[in-house]
Amino acid sequence: MDRSEIEKLAHLARLEIRPDALDEVASRISNVLALVDQLQALDTAHVEPMAHPLDAVQRLRADAVTEPNCRDAYLAIAPATENGLYLVPKVID
Amino acid sequence: MHNLTIAQMIRELRRKSFSSVELTEHFLQRIERLDSQYNSFVSITRDQALAQARAADARLAADNAPALCGIPLAHKDIFCTNGVRTSCGSKMLDNFVPPYDATIVENYLRDGVVMLGKTNMDEFAMGSSNETSYYGPVRNPWALNCVPGGSSGGSAASVAARIAPAATASDTGGSIRQPASLCGITGIKPTYGRVSRWGMIAFASSLDQAGLMTRTAEDAALLLNTMASFDGKDSTCVDEPIPDYTANLNQPISGLKIGLPKEYFGEGLNEGTARAVEEAVKTFEKLGATIHSVSLPHSHIAVPAYYVIAPAECSANLSRFDGVRYGYRCENPQNLEDLYKRSRSEGFGEEVKRRIMVGCYALSAGFYDAYYAKAQKARRLIQQDFVDAFKQVDVIMGPTSPSPAFEFGSKGKDPVAMYLEDIYTIATNLAGLPGMSIPCGLVDNKPVGLQIIGNYFAEAKMLNVAHQFQQNTQFHELAPAGIQ
Repeated sequence: MDRSEIEKLAHLARLEIRPDALDEVASRISNVLALVDQLQALDTAHVEPMAHPLDAVQRLRADAVTEPNCRDAYLAIAPATENGLYLVPKVID
Repeated sequence: MHNLTIAQMIRELRRKSFSSVELTEHFLQRIERLDSQYNSFVSITRDQALAQARAADARLAADNAPALCGIPLAHKDIFCTNGVRTSCGSKMLDNFVPPYDATIVENYLRDGVVMLGKTNMDEFAMGSSNETSYYGPVRNPWALNCVPGGSSGGSAASVAARIAPAATASDTGGSIRQPASLCGITGIKPTYGRVSRWGMIAFASSLDQAGLMTRTAEDAALLLNTMASFDGKDSTCVDEPIPDYTANLNQPISGLKIGLPKEYFGEGLNEGTARAVEEAVKTFEKLGATIHSVSLPHSHIAVPAYYVIAPAECSANLSRFDGVRYGYRCENPQNLEDLYKRSRSEGFGEEVKRRIMVGCYALSAGFYDAYYAKAQKARRLIQQDFVDAFKQVDVIMGPTSPSPAFEFGSKGKDPVAMYLEDIYTIATNLAGLPGMSIPCGLVDNKPVGLQIIGNYFAEAKMLNVAHQFQQNTQFHELAPAGIQ
């Protein structure tokens, strides 16, 4: 992985990597990718991917309200709120 | 009192040899006096614990108390505890006080269990040495210059040091079994879907499972009875009947068929570890079990498959940490993107950031098929190996870790060196099977763990097998030399 690929990846992950750390991060991630590349040699033709260890499917339930309104409890632990809303820096310039 | 097992504490509480308040105070004082050596606790909930203990004593006096009423327990800091800081070992959640309890925490509260505090762990459960915690590393009570294992290092160390009688923990790639092995205690990871994940901070949702650290299989059985439940709030929970896990502990194991995977006894396995495991197998033979060689031919791709699936799932699960609704928020964010990027970069440690990026890569356009889909196919092949093996044998055994506890920093800078610590445990998570580690010897005065892998929902059988071993050996009674 080179520096520009790491920068793209960091953006996808919404992470910031300091320029002086880019090379080291690239090298360590490359080590991990070398490990996982061993998968390429595996013959998986006709094998179904397995997402859940027991191949379970999503359970459905009745479309009825069961949760109480916990808004105040959730807002109480937020960094910045106003009038029942979460505050973030301005998005639209 | 701290040398008693939970089974013994239950009896003594009912005989009124001591009260829950006395028992709880005893452990709180041990933690306060001794934990600076181990750093196994992030939070100690003294006042709450004593209040719970008083309530437990009242229930015990009224004579209709559940089995575990009044028993003290530590919770890994990955389980949300209402009103009590839950950090997940991370700066990102250093200020996070959950407004609710995880289902397993609720289950234990309902049964009168007393919470001593929250134990230290690798950040967001990513690690095999408890060196990545924001709160500093945990030290192995058997050798203070060595790691306790991870990610549930605090849970393991607190039980090994006898400053907690038991602790909850979690296992995604070995994070219960490997620290149990390195700390000389009993650890159990149930079948995927056996225990609710509601309120357990998610790392890799298709692999994570809550479990236990105890000193005996009997104690694990007692605690699993309360921990296991079908929870509608966890869509991956399986509605499978829950037996009394203590009911068949004393069943003789003559005729038990034990499979030893040849792939688990090859290169990379420490000689002393191999010998201790071989001796343990001979003990089982004396108890009437028969030993069979089995093969798990896709063992070599378990670690590669895991290091695609786990980071991929973690990158999705950790995207919720954005500085908006809870957790760490950077100072003076200039705009939304700055808020996200700096909150996350400042709040997460290096290993977590690395895994998030690997995960994003594996899931990104153009790479999804080559990595994530491919790894999920590898996963099915790995699972099929176990399904085939279980047609011939009842349980599978082998070493839990390739070697005993290693020194801090000794895995160097290559992350892969650390990843290989989980080489024997990871496949079990990929297949969703239950696994245990029990102590089976010492090498250079450091513990060795025997791994027992059971078939789906066969926890009772695994616990029976482990209990029979512990009835006929003393390894689980050994304590580190420095323990006071």
